[in-house]
Amino acid sequence: MKYPGRYGPYGGFYVPEVLIPVLEELEEAFYNFYQDKRFIKDLQLLNRDYAGRPTPLYHASRLSEHLGCQLLLKREDLLHGGAHKVNNCLGQALLAKYMKKTKLIAETGAGQHGLATAMIGALFGMETKIFMGAVDVERQSVNVHKMKLCGAQVIPVEGGTGTLKDAINEALRYWTANVSDTFYLFGTAAGPHPYPTIVRHFQSVIGTEARQQCLEQTDRLPDKVIACIGGGSNAIGIFSGFVDDRQVELIGVEAGGEGLTAGKHAATLVAGRVGILHGVKSYLLQNSEGQIAETESISAGLDYPGVGPEHCQLKDSGRAKYVALEDEKVLDAFELLCRCEGILPALESSHALAWLMQQKEKFQKDQLIILNLSGRGDKDVGIVEKYRKL
Amino acid sequence: MKTYADVFSGLKRAALIPFFVIGDPGYDAGLAIVKDAIDAGADILELGISFSDPIADGPTIQKADIRAAKAGMNMQKALRFIREIKDYRDIPIGLLIYYNLIYQYPAEKFFADAAKAGVNSVLIADMTINDADEVTHMAKQAGLDTVFMVTPNTSDSRIKEITERITGFVYTVSVLGVTGSRDRLSSTVGDLIARIKAVTNIPVCVGFGISSPDHAKTVAQAGADGVIIGSKIVSMIEKNLDNPQKAREDISGFIKQLRKALEE
Ligand SMILES: Cc1ncc(COP(=O)(O)O)c(C=O)c1O
Repeated sequence: MKYPGRYGPYGGFYVPEVLIPVLEELEEAFYNFYQDKRFIKDLQLLNRDYAGRPTPLYHASRLSEHLGCQLLLKREDLLHGGAHKVNNCLGQALLAKYMKKTKLIAETGAGQHGLATAMIGALFGMETKIFMGAVDVERQSVNVHKMKLCGAQVIPVEGGTGTLKDAINEALRYWTANVSDTFYLFGTAAGPHPYPTIVRHFQSVIGTEARQQCLEQTDRLPDKVIACIGGGSNAIGIFSGFVDDRQVELIGVEAGGEGLTAGKHAATLVAGRVGILHGVKSYLLQNSEGQIAETESISAGLDYPGVGPEHCQLKDSGRAKYVALEDEKVLDAFELLCRCEGILPALESSHALAWLMQQKEKFQKDQLIILNLSGRGDKDVGIVEKYRKL
Repeated sequence: MKTYADVFSGLKRAALIPFFVIGDPGYDAGLAIVKDAIDAGADILELGISFSDPIADGPTIQKADIRAAKAGMNMQKALRFIREIKDYRDIPIGLLIYYNLIYQYPAEKFFADAAKAGVNSVLIADMTINDADEVTHMAKQAGLDTVFMVTPNTSDSRIKEITERITGFVYTVSVLGVTGSRDRLSSTVGDLIARIKAVTNIPVCVGFGISSPDHAKTVAQAGADGVIIGSKIVSMIEKNLDNPQKAREDISGFIKQLRKALEE
């Protein structure tokens, strides 16, 4: 490898030997192409005409009134496929095409990354396999159908907890046996180097746009930027636009599940300890011996015991702050956005909103806050209905 | 304590190296199986420690990991298991483990305790020479040999870099892929052994997918100094969960066949 792929002590590429040549090939291709004029042009057109970029930065005035601050929503929920995942998928799939790979594989939790990969697999005419935990296949069945409609093969993963981490395990295993023609389109800003860097790069379009739009629309920078954290891709995407503006507070919201004291959550940065999983050194949820913990969250997309290495560094340095919100509060936030603005947020994104609701009394009226609305909630309607009936 | 070098220099044939997950299907049953394997002709043991997310392992060993974990296996018990084996016979033991378990132990104490228990080397499934500086000095300090993997897609120049850091043996992975028994031997394994032998004199042991006495013999004839057989043996435990005695007999019988094939 040319670069160490480190964010402070975090990151790296802790993988079996067989994956080193493919990660080297990927690193080389990324650094060859990401600044290449033709590549940039191709990606810009795809982002504009296929995905629907730029996305609006929307002043949610009724919700602002309710919360007592000025809230701007970065509308990644309006993208094709319904989430920010398409940004990363277009970038990586284009890279795969430039590398002359013919097959795509991906893991998925909520199904949003799987769906985005399946769509682009269809668009590029690439054979696509999606690995998805058996539990997630069950709770995100609509997305499973959509993936199949796009021609992807969805492979349910029975092992472990049947969630995102198991899907990643299986995708890595498959990749190991099929390295020559298969591109692993990793879905979040975690995993072995160079993935955290690649995913950050392709998601940074969110932050770049949001900063420019904010300046154009309000003549100033925001006071706070908030995003939910699963593996950390939508958050690092929007944070990247503001990380050098020291006065802008960055807040990442993790899944508190049924509560931190109950031990049933996915609040990796808030409650985890440093370790190694899926090729990367980062905070992890694990037992005292280092066996990886079973996580729990109402949102499949945040149900992951690891987190991207750059967030670990941002936490340690204090540049970003990380908090966790529980399922109950997330459901309240989901309903609030529906009623105030007629926008159905993904349960993942609703975590960020739930933090705002909790802080309600503490805002000043002119405080400017950008919230990354990472996805739309159509996929979650059934889950919300079920929880609210109980 | 017997070293790898003692074994390899004393043999005129390839060494027979069965793999087990420690404590599969339970502590006592697992111990009985491993002791039988020693009696049946194992020269070296390769032992794995159960991990929740074994990305380098196929379904057979994943299930063995789950069985061992469910039976209450943990690091302290694993080290005791190793000590009990060493008390039974002085046979070299290579550990196969995922890095997080070492990191949490924490690492320096892990290598010291592993050495004390009688381990000869620790192969970390998810660590390559790129990150090995984090732990190699601790392994050396504890007096352990180093073992790293070479795979079919490893370049010649990297094989050289890897083997320069090995003191035990080259763990040669015969196929692209995870552990698991396979019907046919990879056609490129001979070529891979030759590529390694071209740059080093360190013993070359071949594993992943070796599933029959025929496979073992072919690999030995291609120049391997040792053959590692994992999933095929572990599957015999899985098949006989309701009959532990049969598992012991099947494994013992299979190891005798392997040994015979290597002696021919
Ligand atoms: C809408 C949405 N937001 C957020 C996430 C969490 O991922 P990340 O932290 O990588 O943005 C997901 C993952 O599936 C998602 O679908």
